[in-house]
Amino acid sequence: MAWKLNKDKCVECGACVSVCPFSALELEKNGLVNYPDKCTLCGICERACPVSAIKVEKEAKAAGKAEAKKQKKTRK
Amino acid sequence: MDMSGTSDVIIVGSGPAGSHCAKKLAQAGLDVKVFDRRNEVGAPKRCGEGLDKKAEQLIGRIPDRCIAQKIRGARVYAPNGKHLEAPGEGYVLERKVFDKWLATEAAKAGADIRAGTLVRELIVDGGVVKGIRGEIDGDPFEARTKLVIAATGAESPLPKQAGIDTTVSLKLIDTCYQYEMVGVKSDPNFIHVYMGNALAPRGYGWIFCKGNTTANVGIGVIPHETNPKVYLDRFVATHPDVKDASIIEVNAGGVPVGGMLQNMVSDGFIVCGEAAHHVNPIHGGGIKEALISGQIAAEVAADCLKKNDISRKALEPYNDGWWKERGGHVRKVEKAREVIEKMTDDDFNLLVDVLRPNDVIELTQGKPEAFLRVIAKNPQLLKFAQYLM
Repeated sequence: MAWKLNKDKCVECGACVSVCPFSALELEKNGLVNYPDKCTLCGICERACPVSAIKVEKEAKAAGKAEAKKQKKTRK
Repeated sequence: MDMSGTSDVIIVGSGPAGSHCAKKLAQAGLDVKVFDRRNEVGAPKRCGEGLDKKAEQLIGRIPDRCIAQKIRGARVYAPNGKHLEAPGEGYVLERKVFDKWLATEAAKAGADIRAGTLVRELIVDGGVVKGIRGEIDGDPFEARTKLVIAATGAESPLPKQAGIDTTVSLKLIDTCYQYEMVGVKSDPNFIHVYMGNALAPRGYGWIFCKGNTTANVGIGVIPHETNPKVYLDRFVATHPDVKDASIIEVNAGGVPVGGMLQNMVSDGFIVCGEAAHHVNPIHGGGIKEALISGQIAAEVAADCLKKNDISRKALEPYNDGWWKERGGHVRKVEKAREVIEKMTDDDFNLLVDVLRPNDVIELTQGKPEAFLRVIAKNPQLLKFAQYLM
């Protein structure tokens, strides 16, 4: 999986959840969960995280960003 | 709490917006249930804990036990270290005590609250929100209601399930890291705000004193490659007032700094507070905005429930009401933030040199007249005029 969470760093603040354009993240009872069927690996969550707990792999990210852009266009 | 039957209102979230809304609705004689996902209302805090004294106009006198420190103003520091003192009465709160007090007020008014309850999804029937599905210690349950009010903070999936997109744009969130520290030497009568592009890009550093040499020390920044913890550690290591202090709590989180929702209602559903991005876009203060937001939601909800009409159309006065009473002002502050964001460290140094204390207050209230007046007296500041165009 190209979306990786360092659980030791994660403080479950939810900043990533609030910025995810695809509702791919949720704060469940036992921590942050990523839903791969919704996640496009755009990397926005990685940026928003105050503790750098999320890592989205580079090639996967480029494809994800393109997907995010495309989705934005169709939503408009 | 008895989950059977149909409530008038289910409020998700027992923070300032949810609890205050619950109290108002219960006072109006309505049957209200409130759920909070945390095991303890108000804890852990994700907040600098500052509150304008004017908030007491909404909630009444705040009990002393909720107040860590009374504040008589703000000191705003330029990158060169010079500061400007802006008068203003307020408090630095102890959120865990304050939030429980607000919840207690709601419970005393007749609201039924249950902490330790995760609300996972809305029950939507024919496009109308009719209840919630949740979990208590992993055991699922359902609760039916006429109206759901989401006061969940910015990180909940619920509004999207009602067709309201509350996604915070990466450009409109500040990512923040904070230590509560002991042994802080800053003057406790003030909150201390540090500006500077190297110190806190697009945000600021803060020392919010809590008395007894305790203070919330934090930094908020625009999301980019370097996280706010790095900025905070640098700030703490180099600031004489805090570098020898101990850390007794660590907090982190994001705060919306603009992009307030145009539409906050759906059939059987309202979103309010931070979830609707009701936060001051310059200083990131959300408590007072949450109280106002929750109160307006309660007024509209009570009205609609009396008429037995909780359709989107009937609830739309919440949109109009919030934007008329509060949104115009918050939008002006957002525009002022857009100006401040463009400033260089030299610009900040110059401003702290020439601005009077009341100008700073007017600035955080979103009044660009403060700039115009100062520019008239100081032509070297003319370049700021372009930011206001």
